Amino acid sequence: MEFNLLTDIVEYCKREGKDLAEAMLDYEMANKHLTREQVYAGLKRVLFVMEDSVEQGLTQQVITPSGMLQNWAKQVYHARVEALGASLKKATARAIAVGEVNACMGKIAAAPTAGSAGIMPAVLVTMMEEHAIPRDKILNALLVAAAVGLIFAKNSSFAGSEAGCMGETGSAAAMAAASITYLLGGTNEQILEAVGFALKASMGLVCDPVAGLVEEPCTTRNAIGVANAFVSAQLALAGIKSLIPADEVIFATKEVGDLMSPRLKESGQGGLANTKTGREIQKRVFKTSD
Amino acid sequence: MSEHPSIFDILGPIMIGPSSSHTAGASRIGLIARQLLRDEPIKAIITLYNSFAKTHKGHGTDKAIIGGILGFGPDDERIRDSLELARKAGLTWEFRFVGDFVKFHSNTARVHLYGKNGGEIEVVGASLGGGRIKIQEMAGFAVDFTAQIHTIVIIAEDIPGSIQKISGAIAEQGVNIANMYVSRNDKLANMIIEVDQNVEPYTLEKIESFSWVRFVRLVEPMLEGSSRYDK
Ligand code: SF4
Repeated sequence: MEFNLLTDIVEYCKREGKDLAEAMLDYEMANKHLTREQVYAGLKRVLFVMEDSVEQGLTQQVITPSGMLQNWAKQVYHARVEALGASLKKATARAIAVGEVNACMGKIAAAPTAGSAGIMPAVLVTMMEEHAIPRDKILNALLVAAAVGLIFAKNSSFAGSEAGCMGETGSAAAMAAASITYLLGGTNEQILEAVGFALKASMGLVCDPVAGLVEEPCTTRNAIGVANAFVSAQLALAGIKSLIPADEVIFATKEVGDLMSPRLKESGQGGLANTKTGREIQKRVFKTSD
Repeated sequence: MSEHPSIFDILGPIMIGPSSSHTAGASRIGLIARQLLRDEPIKAIITLYNSFAKTHKGHGTDKAIIGGILGFGPDDERIRDSLELARKAGLTWEFRFVGDFVKFHSNTARVHLYGKNGGEIEVVGASLGGGRIKIQEMAGFAVDFTAQIHTIVIIAEDIPGSIQKISGAIAEQGVNIANMYVSRNDKLANMIIEVDQNVEPYTLEKIESFSWVRFVRLVEPMLEGSSRYDK
């Protein structure tokens, strides 16, 4: 069973009278020779690890060995000032929580990568809290996210070294936007529009981690990826169309990634990594830790 | 990723951070070395090449490899404290660094292990990203396997009929051979046999009982989707 475009999956849904989650369930069962129960057991484990990583980042001491991240998630979660209500504040904190846990050698579920692992958990935990969505439905939202990831991996790349941060936090935001749209009853077409919006917002984003570590700017980019996902879903759910269809946007990320200078793709030598402060941090981190 | 990636390649791996290549992949190389040693490791000499050599500390590559040598999977939270746990377990280790070695993939490690009961093994593995790895050298043989499915590693005298006897022993258990690679050096043959399900100890014992077989090990898949369903 093979899907090459998001529209292939939508076509399959039309033909079979299924939704995107069921289409991905069929895909996994057929290709990996699994039962429905086995796939859901795997999804449950992913969701459990996601929730646990959020929880750890919000409750435990997380100071990264480099000293770049220091308990930011808790600081955001308990901030007195709310730029746009408590939900956005908490969602932001949750994304940072996972980033901090990851940087401190904690356990995370890459989604789709370790560097972008904060976006999906932050979005799903927030959706459960804000909309009282049952866990079973959340497992289906993971399948919908996987549909987007599958096609993105095929036609672009998850690697920061190939597609820049479009490939990591960009694709994660698109996956999360699809999940939100699905959970709030959006049609398949609307889910694809949400993917389009999220990726367009990430277009051209470079991968420039300071000292080559998955901390700065990765952690805050995860938080902003969460906002991107919610805004993209909001647009799609209101019936706004991404003038460029999602599949074409994915191809564009590939083109842009290919055109990007290698210095801007995980080299640790361009962008923020190559600023005066970025270079100073790099010197400090690798001297004191060696 | 294979032609049909699993949804658990996209929503996963479940791993100890921060990096799927520098941490998760590194731990798997250590773990595979341990499985190939099949002895309690007491000494490890680890050489890190290229990007591994340059950025290992910031990514905990050292802790990940030592954790793997201690038998921890890539999602085992003990990796974070593996150096201390290794000291307690009586493992001594030494890291060496080779910054630029173009012959090897950018994230490569050589793991040389010595066991309590006299075992010894040297393994070279590369971390390919997303937690995937490739073993490229083993006990002096050039090999090429990814340990995404159960893999039987055999060194035997290169005598006629040996391959039939070994595949016969595997077939007896009802296990299908997915792939088989054979390489030779002098009088010895190395066989890498990938099978589509778990292999019972008695099958391995049967293979080991052939007088011309020198070495039999089973490398179990870790991290990839399939191993995750049962838990
Ligand atoms: S900046 Fe690079 S390393 Fe950091 S999250 Fe983005 S792609 Fe990953």
